[in-house]
Amino acid sequence: MRDLAHIRLSTFYLLPLTFYLLISCQPTPDDGPKNTPKAGSSDASQTTTTLHYFTWSDYVGPELIAAFEKAAGVKVVVDTFSSNEELLAKLQSGAIGYDVVVPSDFMVSIMIKQGLLAELDLTKIPNVSMLAEQLRRLPFDPEHRYSVPYLWGTVGIGYDSAVIPTPPDSWAVLWEPRYKGKISMLNDQREVFGAALRVMGQSLNAKDPMLIEQAKAKLVSQKPLVKTYTSDNYDQLLASGEVVLAHGWGGPVARAMAVRPSIKYVIPKEGSTIWADCLVVLKTSRNKDLAMRFINYLLDREVAARTTNRLLFASSNREAKALVDEKVRANPAVYPPDSALNRLEWIADVGEAIRLYDRAWTELKMR
Amino acid sequence: MSPSDPSTTLSDHSPISRRPTWLLLPPLAWLGAFFFVPLLLVLAISFATRGTYGGVEWTFSFANYVTMLDPLYLKIYLRSLALAVATTALCLLLGFPLAYYIARAPARWQGIWLLLVIIPFWTNFLVRTYAWMFILRTEGLMNTLLMGMGLIEHPIEILYSDTAVLIGLVYGYLPFMVLPLYAAVERLDRSVVEAAWDLYAPAWAVFRRVIWPLTKPGVIAGCILVFIPSLGAFITPDLLGGARTMMVGNLIQHEYLVARDWPFGSAISFVLMGLVLLGMLVYLKVERARQGDETVSWAGGDRQ
Repeated sequence: MRDLAHIRLSTFYLLPLTFYLLISCQPTPDDGPKNTPKAGSSDASQTTTTLHYFTWSDYVGPELIAAFEKAAGVKVVVDTFSSNEELLAKLQSGAIGYDVVVPSDFMVSIMIKQGLLAELDLTKIPNVSMLAEQLRRLPFDPEHRYSVPYLWGTVGIGYDSAVIPTPPDSWAVLWEPRYKGKISMLNDQREVFGAALRVMGQSLNAKDPMLIEQAKAKLVSQKPLVKTYTSDNYDQLLASGEVVLAHGWGGPVARAMAVRPSIKYVIPKEGSTIWADCLVVLKTSRNKDLAMRFINYLLDREVAARTTNRLLFASSNREAKALVDEKVRANPAVYPPDSALNRLEWIADVGEAIRLYDRAWTELKMR
Repeated sequence: MSPSDPSTTLSDHSPISRRPTWLLLPPLAWLGAFFFVPLLLVLAISFATRGTYGGVEWTFSFANYVTMLDPLYLKIYLRSLALAVATTALCLLLGFPLAYYIARAPARWQGIWLLLVIIPFWTNFLVRTYAWMFILRTEGLMNTLLMGMGLIEHPIEILYSDTAVLIGLVYGYLPFMVLPLYAAVERLDRSVVEAAWDLYAPAWAVFRRVIWPLTKPGVIAGCILVFIPSLGAFITPDLLGGARTMMVGNLIQHEYLVARDWPFGSAISFVLMGLVLLGMLVYLKVERARQGDETVSWAGGDRQ
């Protein structure tokens, strides 16, 4: 009996170890791209190059990747991240071996400043000429020296038109007491403060401490109405009717529409965020030419249109829009109406003012 | 087999009694490389300052530790402490009877019960937390069942509250309480308990004066194993608490990832670790002093 107890004790101590082994078994890309010889390669060359593509989870069409592999005679390894912060943390902590990465606009500017990106050779990416007008000359990289927009969209309000009969047109609807407990907000400090600043008639890139403080007060007054701050599952919350108003990105709202047709999307009249996930090549990439070729492929109008149909995010290729399914094209959650374009704003780096946002966000959470 | 360790009966010069020091090397190397060195790094970074674009600038300063005295951050600490204490207490309350039952069950059942306790570990913690969201939400399993049975008329809004966080934490860490408690009860000498009954001790006294003191090492181990991870939890408050409030774990995550203020994040982590360590040292000291007292009073023979 005593022995048994010892055995059980030791299994108990083994548990944490088992945990760590399980955790550490997740694939890491640190072995980097190597020219691995592959037997039976149909290509004339004897070796197969591997391209490492680091992108958002659920952000690729496998058949499109396979088509590129076949056309270019290479292998593409896809690895995913779930937030810009996670992406940056991984790259900063020394993960190398990725070639093409898909950071969002504000993260592109951080990565440029940190010297993580390689300059693009635009002669190898002719599809850049097909960029939609609003995606050219972006504040963080006007010449596309480091980045090309890939998929883009807006932040707005997803709402259930069966519950909210008069279509809301203002952020103010998120402060209406009758929807208490039926509202979800993004768990993202800049976006949440952006909504408050916009309803105050201010830029969502405000740096003035007074404005940030006022926005915080506004958000504190809203907090009792908010069911949850989430950036991940508001599409499910909308689709299941747990919330009737969701502050969020268009794509997930469009997905909720597929499940619950009464869901609609609006870009409030006060204006909102425009965002773009951009294709960049890392400085540490050892396959830069192939990386540019891959970027050009993703921006091809046929490929782009199929990507949009699949992911419900608008493609940066202006000619792709015509090839997108009629229903997707007409969906404001995917393609914002032209009339909304001039009230959209990019989230810019606010420099040291970010400390004010950090603190105000923490204060909001602790109220 | 035999309760007495055979090596103690041999002379100190016997080769058998020589402790194989090399057995220590692998864990020492492991801890050194993967625990101690990173810990020193965190300590070093906690005295640095944040660069404009989120890098670490190596200018020595205590600023991060001073910032932490801000009532805002103290409030986060206190909140986490309260939740961790509540989690530990609930785990103990639920875990002790369970561990006692398992340890007293017939031997062939013990394995099955223990297996049932461990089985949740086979699934990723994140997935299990999402499962709890499906159980607790307004139109979730719990409300559907309760309303179906006519026990409640309106769904209970429990998801995205502190209660949900507490449920999630207790659920997540209960096995860490049960396993050491089981080991302690398993080793508890049954005849001592029987003697107490034979001497007509009331049930409470049997527990208070016999079972509790003898299983205390297991209780302490379990409490430590539950308290520390629940203090640093961040997935549960985000998912089950709806990210409406923060625990220290969320603050650290926020500082590291969103604010990209590694120095401040490091300082918070280090203070958290220091507080836990300090608490344990104080506890051990008090406990040792108390045990010393007891021995003295026993020896004095003035025990009622």
